[in-house]
Amino acid sequence: MSRPADRRHRLTPYVFIGPAALLFAAFSLIPIVIAITLSFQDTQTLGEGQWVGVDNFAQLGSDRLFRTALVNTLVFTIGTVPTAMAAGLALAVALNRPLPGRGVLRAMFFVPMVAAGVVVGVIMSWIFNVDYGVANNALALLGVDRIPWLTSPNMAMFTLIIVVVWTRIGFCMVIYLGALQSIPSELKEAASIDGADRWARFRSITVPMLTPTTSILLILNVVFSLQAFDVIYVMTGGGPGFSTTVLIQYVFRSAFQDGQMGYAAALGLVLVGILLVFTLLRQQASKRAESFL
Amino acid sequence: MSTTVRPAPARTENALPDGARRRTSRTSPRRWLLVAALSLLALLMVFPLYWMVISALTPGGQSQSSQFYLWPEAPTLSNFSEVFSTQPVWRWIGNSLLIAVVTTAISVCVSLGAGYALAKYRFWGKGLLYTAFLITIMIPIQVTLVPSFLVVARLGLVDSPWAVILPTAFDVVGIFIARQFMLSVPNALVEAARVDGAGEFRAFFQVVLPTCGPLIGVLVILAFMARWNDFLWPMVVLQGNESLTVPVALSTLTNNPAFASPWGAVMAVATITVLPILVVFLAFQRQFVQGIASTGIK
Repeated sequence: MSRPADRRHRLTPYVFIGPAALLFAAFSLIPIVIAITLSFQDTQTLGEGQWVGVDNFAQLGSDRLFRTALVNTLVFTIGTVPTAMAAGLALAVALNRPLPGRGVLRAMFFVPMVAAGVVVGVIMSWIFNVDYGVANNALALLGVDRIPWLTSPNMAMFTLIIVVVWTRIGFCMVIYLGALQSIPSELKEAASIDGADRWARFRSITVPMLTPTTSILLILNVVFSLQAFDVIYVMTGGGPGFSTTVLIQYVFRSAFQDGQMGYAAALGLVLVGILLVFTLLRQQASKRAESFL
Repeated sequence: MSTTVRPAPARTENALPDGARRRTSRTSPRRWLLVAALSLLALLMVFPLYWMVISALTPGGQSQSSQFYLWPEAPTLSNFSEVFSTQPVWRWIGNSLLIAVVTTAISVCVSLGAGYALAKYRFWGKGLLYTAFLITIMIPIQVTLVPSFLVVARLGLVDSPWAVILPTAFDVVGIFIARQFMLSVPNALVEAARVDGAGEFRAFFQVVLPTCGPLIGVLVILAFMARWNDFLWPMVVLQGNESLTVPVALSTLTNNPAFASPWGAVMAVATITVLPILVVFLAFQRQFVQGIASTGIK
């Protein structure tokens, strides 16, 4: 082959990947570098910041709001992730059987996924409105007093968790359904011939076979929960008080309401750190689980 | 909806010992109980969306009451006409459509190209680039929100649709899905095209791309839904009421004092926001579910 053609060959892949690389550099790489430099600066406005070393990170230690946000994030994640996954698994197992109308049922469980977070937020704010909401109107028929779903600091987080689980169940169900369908039916047949009942088959065949899926879903769900913004922003804005202020909410607040870009960047990097640590821990845990098996 | 309708479950039953099979058919009341319970749950799942539409059709008087009802006494479109006459709703829809369509078009092309390069070529920096792409999945948008805003401001794009389009056109998940798909395209196909004297680009456009129909379907659906529903980034870079997208505008409506019954107006706009995606979902359920599922199989 002639040399110019050869050189053209070698350039071809760069032409194909060029646009992606360019967009990546401009809108991912550069912003990440800026975020890291910003986190060492004190910026009250969009102007030039002053270098303050690790002050922003040191400030985190004495920031009570940061601690509140951290605890809220933990509560929110623990409240949403296992609940959505368990419900999704239960539905997937139920709808994996040949039931009449299961196609329609699957679609109905899945459909909340298509609604934008903002739409979910406004619908649920309306449904859980203390005075006129259909939730309280229906409960009133049963003689239950009006519940301050979103207006009481003790209730708001609980309500948010219900709402987010509602949006997440369909996703978990679909992923589990896919995994269930890839379990070879011979395994279950063999087990039932050996006399294993349904629960035993579920525990000793289905659950272990689903472990890789559960692992992926766990990571995805934790990432989703740590990044959940739209629904919380629309429904409570982090309130009442700071009862539903999660880390993401606090980053947004620091940057765009308090104008503390440097501090917000530091907060954001801490969040990435938490995500990374979680992913690594999770990998370690699954490695150990594998060696145990 | 079933992504894979396989005969597997039926075979399981047939393979059971005789006694067990008879038991399954005799426990069918229990099966119906399960269906009933699931149906009830499913109705609860779709109720919020039903309620959105109902509230949009309910006149202000009735919706601002503590009475329980499931169907408005006098359904009306007045909420729609009120919000359309007082707010630039058509503008918002236009903005959303423009941004979603253009971003989807760009990001699908970008993902297809990148996926092809990553799957079918060996080149310097490939591993590094791919790893760097994948790492960005881990980084929440809120971390790069401020710096990205600074970049967009430096480019003078604030309040323009391009401020939303360009940064979101890079879609790591799309690139990942495209790469996985292209890996399964036989190398022999590409080689044959080369032997026939087709250039690299003709091989891609005339031989590889025509096999990518399902991939493109999934990419288009995923990208369009993500872009149409997007909120935080458009909210940060779009500022004038006239340049907002529908979800951003929707979030500003809840505390807009201009309405006699804000909830009716809000639910009307919410209905408009959900409708296009709902139609796509009902029309392309299989691809839709496959698309969502393929984002989970990383």
